[in-house]
Amino acid sequence: MSALVKFVDMHKSFGDLEILKGVTFSVERGEVVAIIGQSGSGKSTALRCMDRLETIQGGELWVCGHALHRDDVDLKALRRDVGIVFQSYNLFPHLTAEQNVALAPRLVASKSHAEASDIAQAVLSKVGLAEKRAAYPEQLSGGQQQRVAIARSLAMQPKLMLFDEVTSALDPKLTGEVLRVMERLAADGMTMILVTHEMQFARNVADRVVYMRDGRIHEMGGPEILIKPQTPELADFITHEQ
Amino acid sequence: MAYEFDFQSVLAYAPMFLQGAWTTLILTFWATLAGFVLGTLCAVARTGGPRWLRLLVGGYVEVIRNTPLLIQAYFLIFGLASIGARMPIMLGVVIAMVVNIGSYTTEVMRAGIESIKRGQIEAAECLGLSRAQIFLHVVLRPAMERVYPSLVSLYVLLMLGSSVLSAVGVEELFGVSNRVQSVTYRNFEVFIVLGVIYLAMTLVLRGVFWALGQLIFPRRRRLGTAL
Repeated sequence: MSALVKFVDMHKSFGDLEILKGVTFSVERGEVVAIIGQSGSGKSTALRCMDRLETIQGGELWVCGHALHRDDVDLKALRRDVGIVFQSYNLFPHLTAEQNVALAPRLVASKSHAEASDIAQAVLSKVGLAEKRAAYPEQLSGGQQQRVAIARSLAMQPKLMLFDEVTSALDPKLTGEVLRVMERLAADGMTMILVTHEMQFARNVADRVVYMRDGRIHEMGGPEILIKPQTPELADFITHEQ
Repeated sequence: MAYEFDFQSVLAYAPMFLQGAWTTLILTFWATLAGFVLGTLCAVARTGGPRWLRLLVGGYVEVIRNTPLLIQAYFLIFGLASIGARMPIMLGVVIAMVVNIGSYTTEVMRAGIESIKRGQIEAAECLGLSRAQIFLHVVLRPAMERVYPSLVSLYVLLMLGSSVLSAVGVEELFGVSNRVQSVTYRNFEVFIVLGVIYLAMTLVLRGVFWALGQLIFPRRRRLGTAL
């Protein structure tokens, strides 16, 4: 199976409220997929399901070979394969940038302090923040914090990176520096799935765009669908996003 | 009418005062250490434990927080003795203090733990940390840092409040000074000396907690800001 992620008629509800009403699609290794859609369309929920932050109620969901629809899924193994970055960064405020990044290599991958520190330095350089390693999150701008959060995920060498509206809290200038890091990751061949409102970025970087509406995939295709949408709903959505 | 101060006769008992002060400090040290551990464990149980455990800890906290420390000490030392469970007074006093301060610590630490945002824990889960690792490395230190001033106040109050325990016969600072009073009859002088010693001990204790805070919260040491 070469697909890294595979949704098969996947359903997710919170109580009586059905959020995802049968989602089917797959993501190949090395692909960059952008998920777009209005708030409440289920796009963030779909992303969170892929790291098992939410459990699903129906259908199948395969991520890096782990069957997330089963109860016996090995969460620890799943989370070594998958990295996720959130809108609100969620850096640990009492740790420096380097300690934030080195924490998982040390505790989860059982690296020594020195090895973990080397890994941290390497990934921090990758996101252009080598000189900020001793800074605490509150001393960093939003864009820098988000880049540290990306580095923190990269430190565990994931096979798949998930991005949940990672630039929504940033102004345009800071958004740019985060998107450039993500572009470089994509160019390096990382498999990436991102929920985003950045149409420009989706158009330039994504191999595929998924438009979600009311808990279903409404339209899916190459980035050209953002220029020539096939459905009136997507056309309408794009007009309003810009 | 002029009152003639006579500190000489009171200060002759300086070694006794020092001995009493030392006992107070020792009691406070053990009660603080064990009470912090007990309270933190109870706070964890109360925030993330199964329902029966949450109820049990809740019951403990409410019973102890709503009864006086002295009654708790009487219960342990004299109450239990009347049904045959005798224990040395010092041990009973330490246990009473630990149980007492543990209940207050539970509530303060619970507030700290509950201040940690869900997103912090999710991020740690997604990095693959186990529940114990998340608590130790992501939750505990920021939680403690946020409530540290309240914790320090609790432990300083505990030290001052331990004076009531002279009533069960423990030779801590207040108990000792009662004896000096009954020998010298210089009550006013004894109260003044006592006040000065308690004040000095409180300042030292606060200094120790400040230094400890600098040691365990490096972020605060470097930035000087509240978390």
